Amino acid sequence: MTVASLASAPIAPTRRNLHRFANPGRFLRLAGRVLPWLAAPGVVLTAIGIVWGLFFSPADWQQGDAVRIMYIHVPAAWLASAGYAGIAACSVASLVWRHPLADLAAQEIGPPGAAFTALCLITGSLWGKPMWGAWWVWDARLTSVLVLFFLYLGHITLIRAFDNPERGYRAGAILALLGAVDLPIIKFSVDWWHTLHQGNTFSLTGAPHMYITMIYPLIFTTLGFSLVFAAIVTARLRAAVMERRIRALLLARAEERVA
Amino acid sequence: MTRKRRRLYLLLACGLGVGSASALALTAFQSSLTFFVTPTQIATHHPPPGHVLRLGGLVQRGSVKHLLAGGKPEVRFAVTDGRDAVTVTYIGVLPSLFREGQGIVAIGSLGPGGTFRATEVLAKHDSDYMPKDVVAALKKSGHWMPAQGAPPPASTWWDKTRFSAAAAPVHAASE
Repeated sequence: MTVASLASAPIAPTRRNLHRFANPGRFLRLAGRVLPWLAAPGVVLTAIGIVWGLFFSPADWQQGDAVRIMYIHVPAAWLASAGYAGIAACSVASLVWRHPLADLAAQEIGPPGAAFTALCLITGSLWGKPMWGAWWVWDARLTSVLVLFFLYLGHITLIRAFDNPERGYRAGAILALLGAVDLPIIKFSVDWWHTLHQGNTFSLTGAPHMYITMIYPLIFTTLGFSLVFAAIVTARLRAAVMERRIRALLLARAEERVA
Repeated sequence: MTRKRRRLYLLLACGLGVGSASALALTAFQSSLTFFVTPTQIATHHPPPGHVLRLGGLVQRGSVKHLLAGGKPEVRFAVTDGRDAVTVTYIGVLPSLFREGQGIVAIGSLGPGGTFRATEVLAKHDSDYMPKDVVAALKKSGHWMPAQGAPPPASTWWDKTRFSAAAAPVHAASE
């Protein structure tokens, strides 16, 4: 849109919000163009970060080589929470604005989100045994992340559990928003209660409690994992939109034949 | 008010309700949500002997003693939170991070004499991540002796290790 047309239509642009992408054709075109720019850098950054973190970054003075699990565990934990926050945001868009793509997005974020949560739990367990001396403890951080994993599984099941997809979307959105209470509990569990899990190494206000040579590979894997996650969700969403379109076409053709 | 706006306000009101309900529930279950109790809490609340609990704190410096109790190697050490200390006895394999000054969680119960008999000892590691050579550089320049306590603030590691050769130790001045 040019500056001139913006000036001549002062009210219209503000109404054209996220519903622009509700048009499936426009979404498919845009997503198809964006997808390679998410997937390729994601894979490259992840590969660099993992090789750097596992082979070239320094060992920790306390934890030795076991610290390298961090380069997978931390990005997985971040995406576990971020993915669920994404489902919650889509649920708000679905319940309030009835955005048709938000329903599909909430449905498609679920499985990769659950997979990254499982990765976080597994790597955490593998890290816990050599460092703490236990595969698992029921402290507030570990338990709240396990609850998040079950919330993912519940959402994945519920949103697909109805013959009428609209009802599934509605039920899934309500479950997702109720479960969103778990996100601040996960984040602040290590501050609110005594836990075996360490406190936060990174904070918004203070300096990171990590040496810079260990931060670099962590940034690479975190960015890489995030881009790969976004690419997986975009690809799944594209497939879901196309599937819905094919179903609509088949339905229309069947009705034509009947008439 | 449009329908969209009404749905938004309804959702916000529900969120407020769910949020405050969970905040109240979490506050009510505060004591069972915490993973361990501190020596000060044991000193003030006097849990009954034999009651299984988790005791957390730092291993007091100079308190670790390896003994033989009835032919079995026993470790005896004090766990402190800076105010109070509880003596812990333990027979078994200690985690590799266990050492004096380290945060640990001992699972067990209080004996009649006020000694904590642990059946399991877990090590806690802090949120500081430093390569070994940085620790060596901090020690060499006199900025930190691990035996004397916590490392200097993380924001100073970079300067203190990179320019340690040029700058004389300013440990006393900066404290």
